[in-house]
Amino acid sequence: MKIKFWGVRGSIPSPGPATVKYGGNTTCIEIRSDDNQLIILDGGTGIFPLAQSLLKKLPITAHIFNTHSHWDHIQGLPFFIPIFIPGNTIKLYGARDPVTGDGPERIINVQLQYSFFPVREAEIQSRFDYVSLMPNAPLILGDATITPTLLNHPVINLGYRIDCNGKSIFFTGDHEAHFNIYDPEDEGYAEYQALIDEQCLTIVNAVRGVDVLIADSSYTPEEHRTKAGWGHGTFDSSIKLALNAGARILYCTHHEPTRSDDELERVFAEALERNASILGKLEVRLAREGQEIEV
Amino acid sequence: MTKISTELTLRLSAAVESMPAFPKSVQRILELSRDINCRPKELVMVIEQDPVMTMKLLRVINSACYGLPKQVTSVSQSMVYLGLNTLKNMALSFAAMGALPPQGNLGFDIQGYLDHSLSTAILARTLCQKYSHDDTDPADCYIAGLLHDFGKVVFAQFMQAEFTAALALAARENISLHAAERQIIGTDHTVIGGMLVEKWRFPEALTNTIRNHHDDTAPDNTVQSYLFVANQISKKLALGNAGNLIAEDLPPALCERFNGSLQDIIASLGDISRLTSEAQIIAQAARVSRT
Repeated sequence: MKIKFWGVRGSIPSPGPATVKYGGNTTCIEIRSDDNQLIILDGGTGIFPLAQSLLKKLPITAHIFNTHSHWDHIQGLPFFIPIFIPGNTIKLYGARDPVTGDGPERIINVQLQYSFFPVREAEIQSRFDYVSLMPNAPLILGDATITPTLLNHPVINLGYRIDCNGKSIFFTGDHEAHFNIYDPEDEGYAEYQALIDEQCLTIVNAVRGVDVLIADSSYTPEEHRTKAGWGHGTFDSSIKLALNAGARILYCTHHEPTRSDDELERVFAEALERNASILGKLEVRLAREGQEIEV
Repeated sequence: MTKISTELTLRLSAAVESMPAFPKSVQRILELSRDINCRPKELVMVIEQDPVMTMKLLRVINSACYGLPKQVTSVSQSMVYLGLNTLKNMALSFAAMGALPPQGNLGFDIQGYLDHSLSTAILARTLCQKYSHDDTDPADCYIAGLLHDFGKVVFAQFMQAEFTAALALAARENISLHAAERQIIGTDHTVIGGMLVEKWRFPEALTNTIRNHHDDTAPDNTVQSYLFVANQISKKLALGNAGNLIAEDLPPALCERFNGSLQDIIASLGDISRLTSEAQIIAQAARVSRT
């Protein structure tokens, strides 16, 4: 499998001289299976340069997996140019919203209205389909198997595991390690802790043994203290998940939007130093826009 | 067991979608959803004290769409799986349906129903914590207590004339409400409540518990036995009123399990007011909010 990062920034695009090295586009990852299935993880602004690269290869079939419907994971979808060109087949996969009961079609319904975008959904020219996913139910695309897992974010967020010929990748989307909503003296504390422990184990099992884990590592533990409940991980929580699951390589992504390249490298180096004694064989790297990896 | 038609099943389960929640919880949800610093545990607490909101939440999360590894029986579990904003958003959509009238024009005291449901829930959980020697989950007992009479609130909303007649018959003849419901409606609240939760894929044990909660043969699951006893204590001590104040005798198997009569069990719990103060505080707050 091949992986290419097209957007590694969290929350909002952050272009400028301070972010040229790691990039300012929001989340978008291109995966190519061994038989060249095109799997796109999230449609943040990074999907626009990806779309440009695809225009030379039309017609295409693209499978876009949305982790969740927050802006930084959908903002580029209306600019995924192949959707407007007849002959292409695009499928958008995602979770069902518990409030409306709608699947990923809602993302496009809401974005492609004349108030927000010059083209309506009805004007899409490609063959564009929506697929609502169930957590834990694997989906087969050629030689790749994609398995969604429920993670922890303020809205439903699916992490995706992709297996192909013995190799595997897991992408978290946005994920914060679960924490107890009760105080230790509250009656509900122990019960909630048991639920969390069980769910954490489910997540570790979903990530178990992957070659590459790409994980939301927005904050340092110190920053996280004032941002608990925002739904994002830390370098340390991602390292812990990678170690518990026995992942081979961890890519830290969803870089904090105010972080310059220099600061990002500094907090990353500190995280490695802080965890040096436990890393063992785990390789930890920063995800960088434009970077390509072969698994 | 009384059979009910597929048409009635469909009609009632669709009707529950638009059913309003209790006034106090609607008010609290609106307050919490305006508060950016809303503490997740407060949101959980409001939902788990409202039978309508709890029922609707568990219905959605247990639906096939989420394919969860196991069926969900608690609001806390829903928070772990769905996340805070999803839960807030769902609660807000429930609140948007408006609030149940505190005392409808049907002779059924909605607040009395809530008091009874909450006190039964708290008593069932307490009994489980005190008497259980196996792995019966006190949280399951709480949910069973909270939802056991849900069929009544569905009748009160959607079959008002018949339900009012059943309430009147039970009062006039001094018979239990479920017996009166069977005479007038042809089925009773245990069947309707059980049917709804079965249709919504709630765990089988909970479905059976709701369906059999007036069955005086020996309860076949432990949650059901805690619920049965809690229900009788709530009625005996008039901790609320869901239209049926007749406390049933404990079957011998239950006396054996709890090592005594209903009075003995009540005595063993010590200061009941301490246990039920939680329910009373909520009930009082609800009354204040109506004035």
